Formats: sequence, C-alpha cells, structure tokens
Amino acid sequence: MSLRGAIAIVGAAESTDLGKIPDKSALELHVDAALNALADCGLTPADVDGVASAGEMPVDVADYLGIVPEYLDGTNVGGSSYMLHVRHAMAAISAGLCETVLVTHGESGRSRIGMTPWAPAPQSFMAQLEVPHGPVGAPSLFPIGVRRYMAEYGMTREQLALVPVVQRRWAAMNPRAKLRDPITVEDVLASPVIADPVHLLHCCLVTDGGGALVLTSAERARSLDLPHPPVYVLGAGESSESSVVSGLESLTSSRAIRVGGERALAQSGVAHADVDHLMIYDAFAHVPIYGLEDLGFVGRGEAPAFIEDGNTAPGGSLPMNTNGGGLSYTHTGMYGMFAIQESVRQVRGTAPAQVDGVDVSVCTGVGGMFMSSGTLVLGSAATL
Amino acid sequence: MKPVPTPTPDTRDWFDRIDAGELTVPRCAACGSFFLYPRSSCPRCGARSVELVPAAGTGVLLSFVVNHRGPAGFEAPYALGVVALAEGPRLTGVVRTDRPDRLEVDAPVRVAFEERGERRVVCFDLEEATA
Repeated sequence: MSLRGAIAIVGAAESTDLGKIPDKSALELHVDAALNALADCGLTPADVDGVASAGEMPVDVADYLGIVPEYLDGTNVGGSSYMLHVRHAMAAISAGLCETVLVTHGESGRSRIGMTPWAPAPQSFMAQLEVPHGPVGAPSLFPIGVRRYMAEYGMTREQLALVPVVQRRWAAMNPRAKLRDPITVEDVLASPVIADPVHLLHCCLVTDGGGALVLTSAERARSLDLPHPPVYVLGAGESSESSVVSGLESLTSSRAIRVGGERALAQSGVAHADVDHLMIYDAFAHVPIYGLEDLGFVGRGEAPAFIEDGNTAPGGSLPMNTNGGGLSYTHTGMYGMFAIQESVRQVRGTAPAQVDGVDVSVCTGVGGMFMSSGTLVLGSAATL
Repeated sequence: MKPVPTPTPDTRDWFDRIDAGELTVPRCAACGSFFLYPRSSCPRCGARSVELVPAAGTGVLLSFVVNHRGPAGFEAPYALGVVALAEGPRLTGVVRTDRPDRLEVDAPVRVAFEERGERRVVCFDLEEATA
C-alpha cells in the first residue's frame, strides 16, 4: 500500500502572536495555535480524535482542549518532532487508527512561561561527555564540524555569512518576521563572536510562539468544505543518530538528514528538479548548507557556491527558508513546526513572500545537534 | 567550580580509569570494534562483552570552535574540539593552547587530564607542545 498522498494537511496556523508573549504559557501557546488551526479548516476540537505534540504532553493538550483522543503521539526528538508526528499520523490515519490528528507546538522560548528549566539530565551522555568541557549550549556544540567543512571543501567565512544575509532578504518580505532589516556579509562578520567561526548573526532567534496542523485522510479532506485547498503529504522520512556530537558518523554531513530525506523523496516519487520550494531547519547558518547536500539538491561541498549564486534567494531556482527561517523569522526552540507551516503556505499560495507556482515543497527538520531529522514532501492537488 | 561528569553504571569504569589518569577505549570482545561513548554492549554487533583497552593517547583534532563566552570557570577564549583517537573513536574536549586562534584542523594532539576536585576530565594538548 502506498501512502503517497494518503493524507492531507487541512488546517495549519501559528499562534496569534510570535516573538515575545509574556502573557501565555507554553501549553497555552499549543492551545492558541491549535484553535487557530482548527478555525483555519472550519473544524472544532470535537472533530479531533488524535493528538500529537512535543514539549508538552499530548495528554495535556488533549485535556486542555476537551478532546477525547483515540490516538496519542508524544514523540519528542527535538525540533524535528513535528515532521515525525506528520509521518506517524500518515500511518495511523491510513491504518484506520484515527481520522483527524491535531499536531501542536508551543514554546515560551524567550519568556520561559510554564517551561521546564532547560538542562541536560545529569546522567545523559551530553552531561557526561560534553558539559564538563565547557560548551556554551547549542551555539558551540552544533557548529563544531563547520571548521572541518571549511577545511575540506574550501567554504569561506563570507560564504557562511551569506546564509543569514539571504534569509534576511526573505524575512524583509514577511511582516511576521522578527528581524527584517537588511544585513550584509560585513554585518554578520562584525557581529559578536560566539563560538568562532560562529558569530551572533549566524545563530537563530529565541522567541515565544506556537503552531498547529490538522491532518486527515485525503478522502475525507475532499469531502470537507474547506476554506483552503488541502496540502497532500507525498512522502515522509525520519532517522536519528548520536545524541553527542563526537558520536556522529561525520562532522561535515548529517546521516539523519540523509537517511530520512532519501526515504521521503523515494516515497514521494518526486525528482529533485521538480521541487519548487525548500525549507531546511536553520538553527545555525551551517545547517541549511549541510541539508542541501544531504538531501541531494547539490553535490558534496557545493552548497556554499549554490547559495552564493543566488539559487536559494528571492528569484532563485530553489527558494529556501522563505519565511526568513529560524535566523530571522522566529525560533521558539523546536522550530520544525514553523518550517512545515511555511511549506503549507507556499503550496496553498498564501505565503507573505509567495513563490510563483509552488506545487511541491520539501521541508526538513533537525533535532539536537543533528541528533534526529525528519523530512516531508508536500504537494498540491496537481501532484496527485 | 567547573562541572564534572556523573557516571552511570555503564560508563563508571571508563570514568574511574580517567580519574586514575588512564584513558581507555571500549572494545567489543566479540567483533573487535572500538567505540565511544562507553556502553555495556557493542553498537556494531550487539554483544555484551565489552572490555576497556588502554588508549595510545594520541589523536587528531577533527574540528573545533573557539568559545568567546564560557560557563563559570572557563576562561574565554578557549578551543572546544572533537578529537579522533588513534583507535578510531572520537571524544569532545578542550584543546589547551595559549593561541586558540592559531589552531588548525588535523593538528596532532595528545590526551591530558585536568584535575577537578576528586575527578579528572579529559583534555588535549597539541603534540608539538608536549614533544
């Protein structure tokens, strides 16, 4: 049984506000986004029989909303969790376990309202193998491989700095983006050094916000009176590897992105050349560079020149991170939900920085420091 | 006070040997593969017969960042890197140097130990500096 196109995203919305939201807890942000996503497709909590979430337990989200679930997915593999939720819902709905799944995200990343204080568990491998050596959290662990990438492939500091520069150009077209003023390569390299070669402007934002999706079978989607066209899940894949950076198979590539991406593209039957739009989780500037290569859009070592040549920029051949990304749009902590939201908007044709004629969008998330990854291939009705 | 590891039952022997000033690398007695982090079964073949083999103590700096901000006790700037040990497996640690800005990928390094109270923590010195 092929699951290609078996389910559709019928509702998709973010929290009412993004950025600094000191009057809402993390759980409330899940709920705010969930109600917005349900309103987006004209459904109510009573229509939902499946709940998936990360950060907060799906149990709490379901109870808050008064949902009586028959399907719960609490997969939490960091920022890519939501791609996995969609994939799991694809299987569950197709197998008849449930009919309508609500996937929710909410984090008070900036205001820290209702959040569990973040610290690796004392007996985790991160706490045993990494914390004693003085990392400054993700900014010094995630990019450890970048210098090796530069040495092996000749990427310059200027090329790495182009990633946030290009994404700021997309953000400038998006009124919801937190950072919208144009920046230059010089600005990036003049910003404070955090963990050389990483400067402040190579790092993602820290914001509050949420997002939610409503998924159902493609068949049911066609029977609903929807205000927006359904967006079909053509393919999905997931994978993981070590939770410590020293345990990763490679420092210049992500096996998790590669494995999950291959599976997603194979299931979708979509060729790289047919992909109109791309979202790659940009917690830090190097992640889209790795992602472009690991997903096979360019060859090994070719991503910096691909970006430099304008391919991912407005007007380029492969528009990427068109909401401004985690570097300029918003980044609550587990950004994957926002990447999916933008893919949905682009396929629907409703994005603030809309690209012409998007029928296929690929959306890749990562969790931890390349610890996990999930990829979705989303398509319009024309792709079925 | 800089942090020290809190070992778990499956990592305790490895950390105890470090406290005694000896770096070891876990090896599977069944298939012969070396691996890190330390664990009670082999990630390649699943065998539960793991032994700790003394490491040569040499390695190569695969990659690193130079932290310009640090947690309490760490004096920035300092280099945090991933080292490939001679046996193959990799470890994260600080590369001790007065000039982190001059460090280069692939620099040969030698394991060293930093005293932290009753524990020791692995770090690395440049091979040139110890020669």
